[in-house]
Amino acid sequence: MTTPMVEIDHVWKRFGTQIVLRDVNLTVERNQIVCIIGPSGSGKSTLLRCINHLEKINSGDLLVDGERVGYEQLADGQLRELPNREISTRRKHIGMVFQRFNLFPHLSIEQNVMEGPVQVSATGRSEAKRAAHALLARVGLEDKAQSYPSRLSGGQQQRVAIARALAMEPKLMLFDEPTSALDPELVGEVLSVMKDLAGGGMTMIVVTHEMGFAAELADKVVFMDHGMILEEGPPEQVFGAPRHPRTIEFLTRVQ
Amino acid sequence: MDNERDPAASTRALRLPQAIPGPEPLPARSFGRIIWGLIALIALALLVKSLATNDNMRWDVVWYYFTSANVLKGLLMTLWLTLISMTLGLVLGAILAVMRLSENYVLNAIASGYIWFFRGTPLLVQLIFWYNLSALYPKFSLHIPFTDFGIETSTNSIITPFMAAALGLVLNEAAYMAEIVRGGILSVDQGQREAAASLGMPARRVFIRVVMPQAMRSILPPTGNQTIGMLKATSLVSVLAMPDLLYSVQIIYASNYLTIPLLVVACLWYLIVTSILSVFQYLIERKYSAGSMSTHLSPMGKWLDRRYAKQLAVKEHS
Repeated sequence: MTTPMVEIDHVWKRFGTQIVLRDVNLTVERNQIVCIIGPSGSGKSTLLRCINHLEKINSGDLLVDGERVGYEQLADGQLRELPNREISTRRKHIGMVFQRFNLFPHLSIEQNVMEGPVQVSATGRSEAKRAAHALLARVGLEDKAQSYPSRLSGGQQQRVAIARALAMEPKLMLFDEPTSALDPELVGEVLSVMKDLAGGGMTMIVVTHEMGFAAELADKVVFMDHGMILEEGPPEQVFGAPRHPRTIEFLTRVQ
Repeated sequence: MDNERDPAASTRALRLPQAIPGPEPLPARSFGRIIWGLIALIALALLVKSLATNDNMRWDVVWYYFTSANVLKGLLMTLWLTLISMTLGLVLGAILAVMRLSENYVLNAIASGYIWFFRGTPLLVQLIFWYNLSALYPKFSLHIPFTDFGIETSTNSIITPFMAAALGLVLNEAAYMAEIVRGGILSVDQGQREAAASLGMPARRVFIRVVMPQAMRSILPPTGNQTIGMLKATSLVSVLAMPDLLYSVQIIYASNYLTIPLLVVACLWYLIVTSILSVFQYLIERKYSAGSMSTHLSPMGKWLDRRYAKQLAVKEHS
């Protein structure tokens, strides 16, 4: 049996005195698409950000591809945070797409996509440029290569952000509410790029409010509330026959 | 898919009418504005007349000394001091800003203390202090530890008037630039660091490639103000007998007693240089603001904006 892509093991997280993750356990297998749903403030984004160590955890353990991202384990089992450089190396192949796109405004679209390979993987400029153009073609934006992010619509920016993450050849993609900041008419183009990616076998964890997307593509749907996973299962089960009263309440509210 | 969303394409299909029918509504009438404008103009005319006809003004003296060798040498010294203080002040200020933002408590506290001290005492006092450093440390020595190699010399041979002036101006400017750079760094959205970090960029690379280029947007305009301020602040070094622009004219009027015309010579030069610097500042601000700043531009900036907007716009997008 191969190691799962992500193993989240009894993870706790607090901001100050407020506990935002309570004893969370979750396994994501290779090539799986996992959608995390739940009301705002339920801890789903925080959980996602713990996976690539944008947030530190307060207890528990978290492995990506059998390896800790932000910590090393000492002989007595105690975790200790790794030095910054080591964390960066381990983050390389975990792609992340943000709610607010976070494209680099001072770089052109092409340079945005090239930045990771050139600065981190030490790929040659011409090779990185060729790869960037291939990725931009894949998200349907090759003609925008020389534009700057401010000239693009939200949907186009998010597609570039996906291409930028893919340029690092990730083994895992994290999506943090990728369509929540978009005008309704622009949601479709981003979802179709994500569908294309899912069809290619990418392992994806998607925090989302797009129930249709989750129902259609997820192998597993996870419902979170108050920092806990209250229910998880295949979409037919979570959407079709939810068991936890909070899940039922949430689904009736959003549908 | 893209063409359907291209607004230009749909606009063409709609054939939108482009001509706005006249006449445009007139602006509100304001008699107060006309009256106050007239009063101000009369006052200004009286002032100009009294200056132009005052025999003590001696415009002939002004023009005679305006391009005299000593005045031009002083001007050069003023420009040189401004350049040195701003360049080294920016470098030292950037280091202090990074220390201020560091999680290392010791570095943070040292930078805070530095800024507190140099912003909290007058520049004039600092300049005089450096000039008299030999009263505190008569000898200056530099030794390689545990060896006999080293140099020892009197402080006065190192702290020349020029060194005292440059030292005072640089150390003082660094404190102000530190706060400007720190503000610039903090103005960059946290999401930018996260996006760069998620690509696997180490913190230092994130800072150089992503944070600093964006911080420059908010650092450059106040740096322009500081440069203009610095040009004028260099006149303080005249108390150290440094032959800058002000001290050069002081030497001349000390012998011929034509105080006012010579001060006018200095003022004209200060005005000319600050005007040139303002144009540069305008160009920089325009480049780094996304067109939203135009209402805050100075009258000259607005004039330049109207006059050169087209050429600048073309340059930016090419």
